[in-house]
Amino acid sequence: MTGHLDPDRLARLLGPAEREVTCEECFDLLDRYVELELAGVDADSAIPGLRPHLAGCPACREDHESLLAYTRGQR
Amino acid sequence: MNVVSVPATTHAMASPSPPPLQAGPDADSREWLRRLRSDGPDRDAALADLRALLIRAARFELNRRRASAPHLRGGDYDDLAEQSADDALVAILAKLDRYRGDSRFTTWAYKFALLEAAVKLRRQAWQGRELPLETDHWATFADHGTSPHQDAETGELMTAIRDAIDSELTSHQREILVAITLNDVPIDVLADRLTTTRGALYKTLHDARRKLRAHLAERDLLPEREVR
Repeated sequence: MTGHLDPDRLARLLGPAEREVTCEECFDLLDRYVELELAGVDADSAIPGLRPHLAGCPACREDHESLLAYTRGQR
Repeated sequence: MNVVSVPATTHAMASPSPPPLQAGPDADSREWLRRLRSDGPDRDAALADLRALLIRAARFELNRRRASAPHLRGGDYDDLAEQSADDALVAILAKLDRYRGDSRFTTWAYKFALLEAAVKLRRQAWQGRELPLETDHWATFADHGTSPHQDAETGELMTAIRDAIDSELTSHQREILVAITLNDVPIDVLADRLTTTRGALYKTLHDARRKLRAHLAERDLLPEREVR
């Protein structure tokens, strides 16, 4: 088998290397994480493990994108 | 009503203990809580206000993802928005005591409506479709290399990945990994079909990825930027 690996697909397959929160923890923390982002605070330092989970879980990533976009639009 | 649950998993992972963004709920959030915990007309009005807010959030999500369900018509979207808001409202009232004031109440509430709308839309998009659980889409994983050396390296890595998927994973782990990461099946759609939860499936995916990484690391094939 030869070819060039699609890096995005490889990343999806292998998932994040860092420690990550669970889907439930992600949902619990998401509103706070988004408000930290909108406040210009380092959300990743304040809530470790959430960003890697967003990288590894497509559904939680969509939830994050939507909450960030909608909340930003309400400000 | 069909409330989406994302139950706890025991695996992983980081232990989040973030410091509070603020000392408890702000004034607007406290007012929401007071009204929702009151009796009579004030509570009824608060529920109506909250439902209207949730419908707007759900409509935003459905419009945002409209391209993923082109067969839906305008009336279908209105129905989905109302169903999403109703289910979100039930979930919010059930979890009201878990709101700690780490964010504005409205931000906390929005996420329930957005989640319900996203899940419902994904279910609609995959309704009646067979879920691809097999590794017959390797072509999407690779295109042609730029040099014989690169081809050889890539070939070794891909062979190792396929070997790991075939030999290191349980059949359940293999199906979950392949469906979600190679065939782009949404995790909550897969959870519905397998009568389990998003959290449980992500635990399975996490374990499969860990085995895959270990297999590649043992052979010194873990991509450099992935090594930790």
